[in-house]
Amino acid sequence: MAGRRVAIVGAGMTKFVRRALETGPELAWEAASKALESCEMTLDQIDAVVLGSAPDAFDGVHMKVEYLSPGAGAWGKPTIRGFVGGGTGVFAAIQGWYHIASGMFDTVLVVCEEKMSSCHPHPQAAFNYIFDPTTERPLGPNLLWIFALEMNAYMTKYGLTKRDIALVAVKNKRNAAGHPAAQLADPDITVEDVLNSEVLAWPVQRLDVSPTSDGAAAIVMAAEHVARRVTNKPVWVEGVGWSLDTQYWTNRDLSYPTYVEEAARKAYAMAGIREPRKEIHIVEPYDPFDYKELHHLEGLLLADRGKAAELVVLGTANRDGDMPVTPSGGLLGVGNPISAAGLMKVAELFWQLRGEAGSRQVPGQPKRGLAQAWGDLMQVGTVIIVGI
Amino acid sequence: MRRWNTEVAIVGAGWSGFRSISPDLSFREMMFEAATKAYSDAGIDPRRDLDGLVTAEEDFHEGVAISDEYVPDQMGAVLKSVHTIAGDGLQALAAGVMQIAAGAGRIVAVESHSKASNVLNLDQITALALDPVYQRPLEAHPIFIAGLEFRRYLEVTGTPIEHVARVVVKNRRNALRNPRAAFPADLTLEDVLHSEPLAEPLTRAMAADPADGCVVFVLARGDVARTLTDRAVWIRGLGWATDSYTLENRDWEGARYLRQAAERAYRQAGIQSPRRAFDLVEVDDTFAYKELQHLEALGLCRPGEAGRWTAEGATEVGGELPVNPSGGCLGEGHLLEASGLARLLEAVLQLRGEAGPRQVPNARTALVASWRGLPTTTGAVAVLSREP
Amino acid sequence: MEPWVYPSIALKQEDFEEGRIRTTRTPLRGEYAWDAGVAVGRFLAELKAGRLVGRRCRVCRRVMVPPRMFCEQCFRPTDTWVLLQDTGTVLTFSVCTVAWDMRRLEVPEVPAVIAIDGASPGMGILHKLGEVGQTNDEILDRVHIGLRVQAVWKPPHQREGAITDILYFRPV
Ligand SMILES: [Zn+2]
Repeated sequence: MAGRRVAIVGAGMTKFVRRALETGPELAWEAASKALESCEMTLDQIDAVVLGSAPDAFDGVHMKVEYLSPGAGAWGKPTIRGFVGGGTGVFAAIQGWYHIASGMFDTVLVVCEEKMSSCHPHPQAAFNYIFDPTTERPLGPNLLWIFALEMNAYMTKYGLTKRDIALVAVKNKRNAAGHPAAQLADPDITVEDVLNSEVLAWPVQRLDVSPTSDGAAAIVMAAEHVARRVTNKPVWVEGVGWSLDTQYWTNRDLSYPTYVEEAARKAYAMAGIREPRKEIHIVEPYDPFDYKELHHLEGLLLADRGKAAELVVLGTANRDGDMPVTPSGGLLGVGNPISAAGLMKVAELFWQLRGEAGSRQVPGQPKRGLAQAWGDLMQVGTVIIVGI
Repeated sequence: MRRWNTEVAIVGAGWSGFRSISPDLSFREMMFEAATKAYSDAGIDPRRDLDGLVTAEEDFHEGVAISDEYVPDQMGAVLKSVHTIAGDGLQALAAGVMQIAAGAGRIVAVESHSKASNVLNLDQITALALDPVYQRPLEAHPIFIAGLEFRRYLEVTGTPIEHVARVVVKNRRNALRNPRAAFPADLTLEDVLHSEPLAEPLTRAMAADPADGCVVFVLARGDVARTLTDRAVWIRGLGWATDSYTLENRDWEGARYLRQAAERAYRQAGIQSPRRAFDLVEVDDTFAYKELQHLEALGLCRPGEAGRWTAEGATEVGGELPVNPSGGCLGEGHLLEASGLARLLEAVLQLRGEAGPRQVPNARTALVASWRGLPTTTGAVAVLSREP
Repeated sequence: MEPWVYPSIALKQEDFEEGRIRTTRTPLRGEYAWDAGVAVGRFLAELKAGRLVGRRCRVCRRVMVPPRMFCEQCFRPTDTWVLLQDTGTVLTFSVCTVAWDMRRLEVPEVPAVIAIDGASPGMGILHKLGEVGQTNDEILDRVHIGLRVQAVWKPPHQREGAITDILYFRPV
């Protein structure tokens, strides 16, 4: 008993920057108005709004959905904010899908915003509060710990080198050079630059990590009858999946993201995909750290366990390779305003599949793409598959 | 706004609490207790049968950044489709209904809890929901907003303050017959009117005190619901809306958010004259005047009529339209994000004929309405029935 | 897609130094007292007594730490308390040279996930390693995944029923 067909019909975003002049609601407005403009729709044609934003502590604002609502076009509309940590950006698009597929709404504006720079002395402060208040927080942990612990478990299990992993950062920062919103694009970066960057929490070094950013992204989603009226190139939602693993992350095998696999299997089943490595033409996996892109490709069943690095080493994952991975430039290159970065990946697929990605365009008229995000205590996978 | 694709029913309910403090249980253990009851009530094994879970939480109330991290285990939902709504529990209910109608699951649980007693500076947390640039520098206790709105309500509707005090007397007396209620009391009008002033004309007795507790529901697609139980409660209409965020240009008179939410829910349920449509109402009464204002916004009586109605006893159990037979937030305690689900719980028990000494005879339809609390203008509405 | 990227305004350090940008400041004061509850409450009390404990589920036979009153795999209450050893194996570790606000640390911290002996395989807790060196290179030389470690406890009179009653784990 599947729901109605749903399409993405418009997309817009702000530039991703280290620190924006705009307030959170202003950033939300910039992205939302661009998304509406892109499909020549107006706010009164929107039935409902879905908002995405990651930890409230960044903005230092409680009940953030209300705070952002005026900028996101939500005044007087049914508005809801789903939340799965870093997985929120892709999940917001999934929420937009279920709003429409359920038959409840015909048009939904999905807006994701993050203003991390408001948090002082450093946005990392907000992440100190992700740890268990009783059994972990007294140890004084910081966010880098869990990534470093996971990266080490992954590298050690499969005997991966730092050099293999650093190639992901190089690829993505170079890919971002063609992105008009990019914060950290670098067409000339080399693997030596990454390997020589400051060690933060071994094995994590400065250039293994995406930056903190301010920014917003938005998409317009519509039911089939509306979508066909609005555009001659609707990008259809073919599959979605999301999955949350146990909170006891220290009890898990950190070398493999089972939650991503669970989410991917749901999305593949819904899309009728049996051989994802052949049927997915563009992948936008979540890449807040370079090793995460590899980790996620394995969870998505697009590479064998421990073998994702080969895709990058051999060039398969390049923009002109057999399976382009993160042609947008990703979080490492475009920037990482958490939820907005996830939705940016969905927007990238929208532009790529419509042939509108400019200098980043993946050749060969790709027909189907997958975006994935991840978050919480290395715990949640969110996956969307779209096609034209 | 349309009706959703498939019938959806509530097939199980469970709770823990409610009490002003709950030092014997962690929030996890409280959730496990409520979930165990709900799954047992629905006759399901969550590890086998549950497709997804939606929780309603706000990070600042949990004291955790990214609070959805800590929910799956005690809900039997590890590696299932879990996400949080940063909103009221009724919005999480709507998310669950949309998922089922979209085909993303057959059986989905909805959860929300409060550990308000663990938040030592709850009022200051509420103040963090005010605009950081315009309003926070005033350093005012957010209760002033209730005072402003209450004053305006009395002025515009000509309601005598005694009628507002009567709401408190009624609800806390109703709570005497509710074993879940944290604050049952037999008060007089004088007790209410002469209690300590908070933000004139609001007195302390007119404001609900926070409580700890957890509420869990099990939702099922119509065909599945019929195989599970003959006590299903059917969801016939759902609406939610967010009005203006700013204090400077919001509608101070009529709880427009709830009027908009109710219009949508009534349209879905095919209700033309709400006044005659329901056997009981559970409505947000965080502040006593809110019960009256909300009854009017819901179209159950004309503006200015709710006070007289209350004074005449029409909203008592046994009256023309019983309102908050549970005791409402004033009698049960305010459960933060779980408040809407606490209202819903009473409605479900009433429609099943399981409300004991509070039972409204032969209750077949019920209306539930929630408000997100200060300083928001967000509300949600659910229309329930014993028939699909 | 270029037309659909809003030219948002990026600020520079000079914008602040030269006073062109106005800000308001609010300290975020959230004060909480988390109810530890039955499982973690007992866990903390046992730490004060110098012991690590877990909970066993009779159905899946796992011994879990940190302990919980429910088994997330079976969705049923756990059954018995199990006394664990204060020794274990490093499942993974990091050498962290920055604090949460990105200040550099003089001596790196060594967070680790440590599988506790007596609990089911892979059941780790987060803690720190100590007595493993003062510099990155020293530490990387001495620590590896699979290293056997033992808890170093605070003296009994200084323990307060917290995870920090264990100062750190050291190699054995
Ligand atoms: Zn078990």
